[in-house]
Amino acid sequence: MSRNGPLALGFHGLVVLFMMAPLVVVCLVAFTPENTLSLPTQGFSLRWFRAVFERADFIQAFYNSLILAFSAATLATLIAVPAALAISRYSFVGRNFFSALFLSPIIIPHLVLGVAMLRLFALMGVNGSFTWLMLAHVVIITPYVLRLVLAAAIGIDRSAEQAAESLGAGRFTLFRLITLPMILPGVAGGWLLAFINSFDEVTLSIFVSSPATQTLPVRMYVYATESIDPMMAAVSALVIALTAATMILLDRVYGLDRVLVGKH
Amino acid sequence: MSRGYLLSLPALLLFSGLLILPLGLTLVLSFNVFDYQVGVKAGEWTLAHYLALFSDAYFYEIFWRTFWISALVTLLCVVIGVPEAYILSRMGTPWRSIFLILILTPLLISVVVRAFGWSLLLGADGLINQLIQVLGGRPVKLLYTPFAVIIALVHVMLPFMIIPVWTSLQKLDPSAEQAALSLGASQATVMRKIVLPQVMPGVLSGTLIVFGLAASSFAIPGLLGGRRLKMVATVVYDQYLSELNWPMGATIAVVLLLVNLLIMLSWNRLLESRYKKSLGV
Repeated sequence: MSRNGPLALGFHGLVVLFMMAPLVVVCLVAFTPENTLSLPTQGFSLRWFRAVFERADFIQAFYNSLILAFSAATLATLIAVPAALAISRYSFVGRNFFSALFLSPIIIPHLVLGVAMLRLFALMGVNGSFTWLMLAHVVIITPYVLRLVLAAAIGIDRSAEQAAESLGAGRFTLFRLITLPMILPGVAGGWLLAFINSFDEVTLSIFVSSPATQTLPVRMYVYATESIDPMMAAVSALVIALTAATMILLDRVYGLDRVLVGKH
Repeated sequence: MSRGYLLSLPALLLFSGLLILPLGLTLVLSFNVFDYQVGVKAGEWTLAHYLALFSDAYFYEIFWRTFWISALVTLLCVVIGVPEAYILSRMGTPWRSIFLILILTPLLISVVVRAFGWSLLLGADGLINQLIQVLGGRPVKLLYTPFAVIIALVHVMLPFMIIPVWTSLQKLDPSAEQAALSLGASQATVMRKIVLPQVMPGVLSGTLIVFGLAASSFAIPGLLGGRRLKMVATVVYDQYLSELNWPMGATIAVVLLLVNLLIMLSWNRLLESRYKKSLGV
């Protein structure tokens, strides 16, 4: 294997610095003892983390996001797994259209989806309801589960299923005991990826959430347009920590490099 | 086979009700007459919003700004992302995996957090201005300028360029490079004749994704562009939530979606025909 020269490594160092700088700065500023956004030069303090936990609106938004991401990712998985099995192993008229339709939220701007759902929800009189916000999230995260489950379902060996079937296993037993265990890494990875994407989503949510159902990213967005203080850095640091924890989990169950660059 | 339909049914119901239907309603809304006194007039139709979009200097300025910022962001992502993906692919274990994850995981962190990080770096007394002052320069206004929006967008979009380029580099046979080198080709020739043709499909699909996402980005221009530096997405937001002129907002959203889909589809076509040519089909 040919090695990178010093020039290439210097370039690489700058790119890594560029990608890491804003995240590292956020985490450092979160520990400042000062009243202003500054690096903690006089020692570390947890006062801004305490300030976060005294804000009822942020706590509420955090719980909203957590419940939202959990339920939306679960429902998306329940919908995407049968769809992925249908697309990967049955041939029927409209199959290509189905798979394009179910993957399309990835290429449709969230802004467009947000205003479209706002119109629908306003006509139905349900805008700001948690259930409909959750269903909107299911639409935008289903493609992530579908992609991972499709990749898993296409790669499996069908002979075990055929053997079970010829031995008289019912359809549900077959799915539970044979198919599901084989596609489980894809299902679990898809659920986690959907969870992260729902938890982070801001553009669509800003249109279809109400003050009572406001998610954490929307609360942060609104807060950051009004005022900027170190509390925002503390919230951000907490979000980074939570995302990192989910990513470690994702790496364990599915492999982070496989999720990110599709390596097998 | 009917089982295929049965298994896709839940997804089909969801996507009909919450994707096709609302997009259709938005298209209809964009032709509705709007009146500031009474709001949307259902049943009265007009092309006025589309005409306004193509004749009003305000919208022209917004579209033009969105276009050049997205194009510049895409160019910067190519210039930074392609060499970086190549450098990563030439690294040995374990460094390759470590750096790949370091560079790509910001993708999974909320864009609001990343925008906030950039506002800390670029603010009036942010780190970059402090550094400039330490070095004896005068502080410059970075936040709420196109510069801030562009740099943060490059940060958000770079992974979307690196991923497809990396994927196409994986298909590159390293022995082809070595064979060319041992036959006396220079590094530059190897680059031009072997590596670049191989990564072109990756670069093209990266370009497509980055441009589409940049042109419809909302949180970055919203937080780092300030009140005056509007892009298409932030204008749609204003039309819906402050002007309350939903038909106008719907018109901009429809045009944004159509332009996005048009670029995606034509690019796909281009890509396919290139593939076919190079495969000699």
